[in-house]
Amino acid sequence: MRTAIEPAVIRALGASVRAELLRLRKWPTVWVLSGVWLALNLTFAYVFNYLAYTTGSGNFGTGEATEGLLADLLPEAIPRIYTGGLPMFGGAIMMILGALAAGSGFGWGTWKTVLTQGPGRLVAFAGTLVALGVVIVAIIVGQLVLDFGASALIATVESQALVWPDAGELAQSVGGGLLISAMWATAGVLIGVLTRSPALAVGLGLVWSLVVENLLRGVANLINELEYVTNVLPGTAAGSMAGALGATAEGDGEGAPGVLTVLTGAESATLLTTYLVAFVVAAVFTMRRRDLA
Amino acid sequence: MTETIVVTDRLTKKYGDHIAVDDVSLTVRRGEVYGFLGPNGAGKTTTLRMLLGLVRPTRGTATILGARPGHPAAVARTGALVEGPGFFPYLSGRDNLRVMARYQGVTDAAVDSALERVDLAGRGGDAFRSYSLGMKQRLGVASALLGGPELLVLDEPTNGLDPAGMADMRGLIAELAQQGQTVLLSSHLLGEVQEICDRVGVISRGRLLAESTVAELRGASTVLVRADPIDRTLAAAMQVAGADAVRLQDGGVHLDLEAGRVPELARELVTAGVDIHEIRSSERSLEDVFFEMTAGERSGGSGELRP
Repeated sequence: MRTAIEPAVIRALGASVRAELLRLRKWPTVWVLSGVWLALNLTFAYVFNYLAYTTGSGNFGTGEATEGLLADLLPEAIPRIYTGGLPMFGGAIMMILGALAAGSGFGWGTWKTVLTQGPGRLVAFAGTLVALGVVIVAIIVGQLVLDFGASALIATVESQALVWPDAGELAQSVGGGLLISAMWATAGVLIGVLTRSPALAVGLGLVWSLVVENLLRGVANLINELEYVTNVLPGTAAGSMAGALGATAEGDGEGAPGVLTVLTGAESATLLTTYLVAFVVAAVFTMRRRDLA
Repeated sequence: MTETIVVTDRLTKKYGDHIAVDDVSLTVRRGEVYGFLGPNGAGKTTTLRMLLGLVRPTRGTATILGARPGHPAAVARTGALVEGPGFFPYLSGRDNLRVMARYQGVTDAAVDSALERVDLAGRGGDAFRSYSLGMKQRLGVASALLGGPELLVLDEPTNGLDPAGMADMRGLIAELAQQGQTVLLSSHLLGEVQEICDRVGVISRGRLLAESTVAELRGASTVLVRADPIDRTLAAAMQVAGADAVRLQDGGVHLDLEAGRVPELARELVTAGVDIHEIRSSERSLEDVFFEMTAGERSGGSGELRP
């Protein structure tokens, strides 16, 4: 019996993923969000710092020595620069993406339509998750390509030797970036499924990731006991992952907001994976039981 | 031999204290057009949602094509349009159908023929959000037709359509029925169901009041005669239809008589020498039947059903 069912499930999942990829690919919102993230990343990681370097004013945030500034702009530095913006800004955008992808279907009535097509509820929802994963991989790869292009250009213009980053470090960094992005995106999916409203989901998600977590960390500075909680928040895990990969922490004065050094790389990877799995399980569970109006 | 492909057994859905669907047991047979009739808010859509696995019943069971509602074996062989079409507003009508075709694992060629079928081929490239209500409704039907389902579930398919659109939709359903398509159709427009349905289930306030063929529900046809003088008219009428089948009502003589015997009645009346003003054969519309049933229901009656 099992052997008869499983190929059918895999076929249905493949069909669902293809269907979701088609509608995500043609959704202007997806292109806007990816474009905004890639532009933000390029601007803050390369354009501003390069301008600061050429005008000799040091890092635009602080007054970091210009030599260090140039080193960060070269291809060799990609593994440590790559995830710097992801914990807070990239993560927020991934969360919006997840919340819109999962939440919009309730208002549009498309979940209702999709779930009467053929694949069962779980398979159809899994199709959405997998398709969203493909989009995230595409964004992360796009960012990598863009970073290589920008840093190679800067190295050429500044007559620096083109030293490629260590492949192992680069793989770790891309993996970390994927984990951070996927965690925030599934958080968005979960809020989208719970609220059934993309607007509410995006609003609540952003308030949490951009405001509440930071406030809690601030309070934890006063009440030490609260640190046990703030040390294991999703944003802490994402920020610590970036910190462990070499991004400059926000506490150092010149780092990107959201980058932390609270947890080690292994700890944050474990925590990110735990959140990722928990969010997916909770979203699947909610979706499985829900009455679709 | 009749094969039932939808069976519900005391299907019930409660929302808090409100009972939306109450002990509904209905059957739909293969190859028939089944009309699910009732006023707005009677529980039609909730029942259909339960059949499609979108809503969980509070109590009771349903079997669709031999599987439980929502099971891929049932869903994949069912095409549905429930409570208004739900599509991606930013995609064109054709792309929306292509998305659904991918979910079903059918080709894009099926998409084009489905669009043709509902007369949307010319506007298939326009964004769904730019469609009129009627076009959206037709796209919903096209999506339900995708993949050649064994069972077609259409919830108020003529909603939002203009008279011409309604006629087209009825024509489409009749055409599908001729090809042997099983259709489960809900409507609050009794007139339209009367024309295209083989059997109907009548629902009001969540309860299924009756389930039978349209002919059975409407019962025998009646003939109205207006003629002078009334006593000779009555006598002639009784001679044709029998004493029990004739009533005097509002100055007219009503006979329970099949339409085919009207000429015989006319001859008898002429022979009797009465002045005939009107002879009219009138069948009860489903609407009449429906109001009769729900009147009993409203006045707290037992919900007694006519044959």
